[in-house]
Amino acid sequence: MSEKKDNIFRRLYYGVLKENPTVVLCLGLCPTLAVTTSAKNGLAMGIFTSVVLILSNLFISLLRKLIPQTERILGFVVIIGTFTTLSQLFLQAYFPDINEALGIFIPLTAVNTVIYDRAEKYAVSHNAALSIFDGIGMGIGYTLIITILGAIREILAMGTVFGYRLIPAGYSISIAALAPGGFIILACIIAIANKINGGRRL
Amino acid sequence: MNENSNLRISFYPHIRDKASTSRIMLDVAISLLPATIFGVFNFGWYALLLILVCVGTCVILELIWDLGNHKRMTIRDLSAVVTGMILALNLPPTLPLWMAAVGAAFAIVIVKLLFGGLGQNIMNPAACAKCFLMICFATRMNMFVYQGVLSTPPIEVLRAGGTVDLLQLFLGNTSGCIGETCAVALIIGAIYLFIRRIIDFRIPLFFLIAAVIYIGIYSLFTRGGIDMTLIGAHLLSGGMLLGAFFMATDYVTSPVSRPGRIIYGAFIGALVCTFRLFGTANGSVCFAILLGNLVVPLIERITRRKSFGKEE
Repeated sequence: MSEKKDNIFRRLYYGVLKENPTVVLCLGLCPTLAVTTSAKNGLAMGIFTSVVLILSNLFISLLRKLIPQTERILGFVVIIGTFTTLSQLFLQAYFPDINEALGIFIPLTAVNTVIYDRAEKYAVSHNAALSIFDGIGMGIGYTLIITILGAIREILAMGTVFGYRLIPAGYSISIAALAPGGFIILACIIAIANKINGGRRL
Repeated sequence: MNENSNLRISFYPHIRDKASTSRIMLDVAISLLPATIFGVFNFGWYALLLILVCVGTCVILELIWDLGNHKRMTIRDLSAVVTGMILALNLPPTLPLWMAAVGAAFAIVIVKLLFGGLGQNIMNPAACAKCFLMICFATRMNMFVYQGVLSTPPIEVLRAGGTVDLLQLFLGNTSGCIGETCAVALIIGAIYLFIRRIIDFRIPLFFLIAAVIYIGIYSLFTRGGIDMTLIGAHLLSGGMLLGAFFMATDYVTSPVSRPGRIIYGAFIGALVCTFRLFGTANGSVCFAILLGNLVVPLIERITRRKSFGKEE
């Protein structure tokens, strides 16, 4: 698509629905499945990734004229790695419990495919304003799905959402907290998203 | 051509049969009745309630799915009833009703309908739901109450190295899942299916032959001789017959070709014994059938018929 036709609303719409990074592009599934054992973890991971995504999109877009075409991946690594480290230090300082809960997946954000996909497909060839909104749209889309996934898994496995009890104790389906439950529920969400988007579009 | 000619032109197919999905499923349901009735007789009215909950959940959810998606009414083909019955027969008789309903919902919605309904599911819904319940509710799925007493099913006794009474296993007066205890009832059901030509003899036959050979070799190494009692006890307990006759032979998830069916049956039989002798005993048949279902595409690939003169 040409840059003229593109605008910030289109970016938001594409990020949340049409090209949702998790359910349409199927990117970054490893942290998605691993940390979503509760809604709180999912939300925290989503916000963390979004912040890194928006900042790195902005800086890659600003530096796109300076980064040589052939060494661009190297440039991405440096920029994304910088923001991941900064964000993690922030998290360690102000939210140490979330940092503990997410564990290894916080530093692994530096190799999250969602961020690289947006850098490669969008930020490197578009201006800064659009790239920020691309990051915001993708970030909202990612956070939305990862939170929904976390909430469903938390309801089924523990009967609670964000710690509030919805289902009485004793009626838990423990498989939802395990890896197979994560895959099954994510697949169901993808199926619903495909229905909403009117078939699979990649 | 004059009007009275006896020569008629008609399109193929010229050979027709009255068999239909609903008729086949009805036959399977009938063949499950002896085991069901004996299960209720053996474990009491709660077992009947459990069976009704499973069947009801399956049928109602499929009905809701059809209505919600404006699909043709697929509950008339009775496959949901059969799925519910087989699942219920694989459950311990004191399982809470809501757990049974969750299992039935998983079988119908996740395993069958989300893959596209009957004929599209890659795994046997009942076997998959049993495995799902085994993972979710391991404590309740391994809790067997028989005649008011917490007891160990014969398959667990065997695993612990104990001995079981073969006659009692045959008649079904033992602890275990609702439908798996009575070998006689299951064999009666299987004979009905063979007479009605619903199931192919290859899958159950090679399933059981593989199991016999496997346990025979095992007993040769561990007990210094082929232990017929051990072989018999394994064949008659722990849902081996239920799996061989009613679950492995599921049309949708078993191979089409004859050599493929032999490989498939033997593969599951060997897997069941591997699980039983070296892993966990309860639910081993269902896990083995699930793995068997997943290798069916590969089996179909290697047993595909080649056209004469063509090379693969």
